[in-house]
Amino acid sequence: MISTTTTADDAPDASTSASDSSSVAAAPRPQVGASGGTDRYLPEHPTPVIECENVDIYYGAFRAVHDVSLVYGRHEITAMIGPSGCGKSTVLRSLNRMNDLIPGARVTGKISYHGQDMYGSGVDPIEVRRRIGMVFQKPNPFPKSIYDNIAYGPRVTGMKVDSMDDLVEEALRAAALWDEVKDKLKQSAYGLSGGQQQRLCIARTIAVRPEVILMDEPCSALDPIATARIEDLMEDLRKDFTIIIVTHNMQQAARVADRTAFFTAQAAEGTGDRTGQLVEFDLTSKIFSNPADRRTEDYISGRFG
Amino acid sequence: MTITADGGSPAVGTPRSKRGGGFDPTSLRRQSPRHGERVVMGVLIAAALLSVLVTVGIVLSLLLPAISFFREVSFGEFLFGTRWSPRFSGQESYGVLPLITGTAWTTLIALVIAIPFGLGAAIYLSEYAPSRVRKVLKPVLEVLAGIPSVVYGFFALTFVAPVILNDLLGLDVGTFSVLSAGLVLGIMIIPTVASLSEDAMSAVPDALRHGSMALGANKMRTTLRVVFPAAVSGIAASIVLALSRAVGETMIVALAAGTQARMVGGPTEVGQTMTGFIAQTATGESTPGTLSYNTLFAVGLLLFVITFVINMISIRLVRKFREAY
Repeated sequence: MISTTTTADDAPDASTSASDSSSVAAAPRPQVGASGGTDRYLPEHPTPVIECENVDIYYGAFRAVHDVSLVYGRHEITAMIGPSGCGKSTVLRSLNRMNDLIPGARVTGKISYHGQDMYGSGVDPIEVRRRIGMVFQKPNPFPKSIYDNIAYGPRVTGMKVDSMDDLVEEALRAAALWDEVKDKLKQSAYGLSGGQQQRLCIARTIAVRPEVILMDEPCSALDPIATARIEDLMEDLRKDFTIIIVTHNMQQAARVADRTAFFTAQAAEGTGDRTGQLVEFDLTSKIFSNPADRRTEDYISGRFG
Repeated sequence: MTITADGGSPAVGTPRSKRGGGFDPTSLRRQSPRHGERVVMGVLIAAALLSVLVTVGIVLSLLLPAISFFREVSFGEFLFGTRWSPRFSGQESYGVLPLITGTAWTTLIALVIAIPFGLGAAIYLSEYAPSRVRKVLKPVLEVLAGIPSVVYGFFALTFVAPVILNDLLGLDVGTFSVLSAGLVLGIMIIPTVASLSEDAMSAVPDALRHGSMALGANKMRTTLRVVFPAAVSGIAASIVLALSRAVGETMIVALAAGTQARMVGGPTEVGQTMTGFIAQTATGESTPGTLSYNTLFAVGLLLFVITFVINMISIRLVRKFREAY
C-alpha cells in the first residue's frame, strides 16, 4: 500500500501500515536502502506526516485521479513526477485543501495529516493551510513591500510574534534571500528577479512556520541558476520541514528528492477521459536505477511521456 | 553600393521595373500606395482632435463670460459671500457659498449611501457570489444605471420624501430637502461604484488570492488585504467618477432639493445646488452680456474647477497608495 498501487513492490513488508511505520521513526534511522538524490541514508518506510489512502479526485463528474495511496515522510523531500495531465498537481493541491477553491472539486478516499482525516467534519481548511503551506509554479508575491510579503502570513493568521523584524529576517535567511534584500525591505517585491521572487514566496511560506511545504513545479518559470539555488535551499529546508514537490524535471527529482512517486494518465474505460494514477512510489535512487514498473522505466529513459 | 535614406534600391541584380510591368520578388519597396491607410489614420486623428477641440471650446465659452463676471464681482465676494441672490434687483448679492453647501450636502449624503453599498455589492459579486448569481445580479445592477435621472428625481419627490423620510422614519422634512435628493443621488451612483469596482477586483489575478489562502488567510482577510489594495486604483476611479456624477447631476437636485439658495446647515434643510441654480436660471430669458447671464458661467466654471481638482487629487492619492500587480 505504501510503495505502490498498481504494481507489487519488491519490498518485503510493503503492507506496513502507517501506525507501524511511526514506530520505525522512533528508532534511530536504520541504514536501509540507498540514498536518494542526496547522500543520505533513508529508512525503508517513511514516517508519515501526510498519508493518502485510495484517493480519488473529481472535478465535477470528471475523475482526474484514481486510487492514489502514498505516504509523505517527515523531514523528507518527496517528488511527484509524471507526464502532463497525470494528476500530480491535482494530488498536491488536495494535500492542503487548495482544491476547495476550485468549484466542483471533490476528494474521496482518505487523506490524513498525523492520522486526522483532512477532509473530515470539523476540519478547518484555513488551519490545514496554515500547517501545510504551498509554493506555486509562477512566483506570486503580493504587490507589497518585501517586508510586508513576509509579515502578511503571521499577521493574517494572528500569530503571536515578539518581533516582526526578527521574524522577517529569520524567514528571509532561511530562504537564502536575506543578504540580497536586507537593504531594500521596504521596496516592492516586484522589483526582484523571478528567482528571488520565488525564494521570497518560500520565505513567506516559512514565516507562518508550517510543518509541510508543498511546491508545485517551483522552478519551471526560472532559469537554471535560479533553479539550482532553489534546489540547494530545499536541501537546507528539509532539516526543519517536510517537502513535497511536483516537478516536470526528472533530473530535479533525481537531484533533490528522497522518494519519488511516478504518476501516469490512463484512458478510462468507456468515457475516454484520461485519469491520473500512481504507478510506482519508492526511494528516488531505486526509481531512477531499478524501477519496478515497466512504465516508470520507459518514462525515465525517455521512451514515453 | 550606396543605400540612401529614402530607400533608394541597392544595386541588386535586375533593375526595378514598374508595377504591372513585372514583379520584382526581391524588392523592398512599397508595392501599393496604401491610400486607405492614410484615410483611416486621418479619420482617427480627426476623431481624437474633435474631443480635444470640444473641450477647449467649452472651457473657453465658460471662461470668457466668467471673466466679465469677475470684472464686476470680486473673487472674494463670490467665493466667500454667504448670500446668493443674483436676481433680486437692487439687492444683488453674489456669494456662492450657499450653492456650494447645497452641492456639498447632496454629494456627501450620496457618497455615504453609494460607497458602502457599492463596495459591498462589488466585493460580494467579485469574491463571494457563485458565478450563477453574479450572472444575474450584475446586469440587474447595470439596469439601475440606465434609469433616466428625471425618474430618480420624481422618485425622490413622490416616494422618498413623503413615504420613507416622513412616514417610515418620522423625520420632519418637507417635500424638498437635500436629504431626499442626496439619498436618491446615492442610489443613482451605486451602480457606478459597484460595477467599476467589481471589474477592478475581478481583474486581480487569482494567483494572489491563492497565495494568500495558502498562507492560511481566510477569505475576508484575503479580500481586504490583498484583493482590495491591488484593485484600489480602479476602486478609487469608480468612486471619483461617481463623485463627479453626483456633483454634476442636475435633474434630481433640481426636482428634490429645492430652489432656495441658502446656507445649508443640516440634511433636512432645503437647499439649492450649483447645478440646480444653473438649470433654474438658464431659461433663455437672461440677456447675453448682462451680469445675471455671466453669473451662470461663473458658477459653471466653478463646478468645472471643483470636479477637475477632485480628479487631480484622487489621481495623486491613488498613485501613492495603490499596490500595482
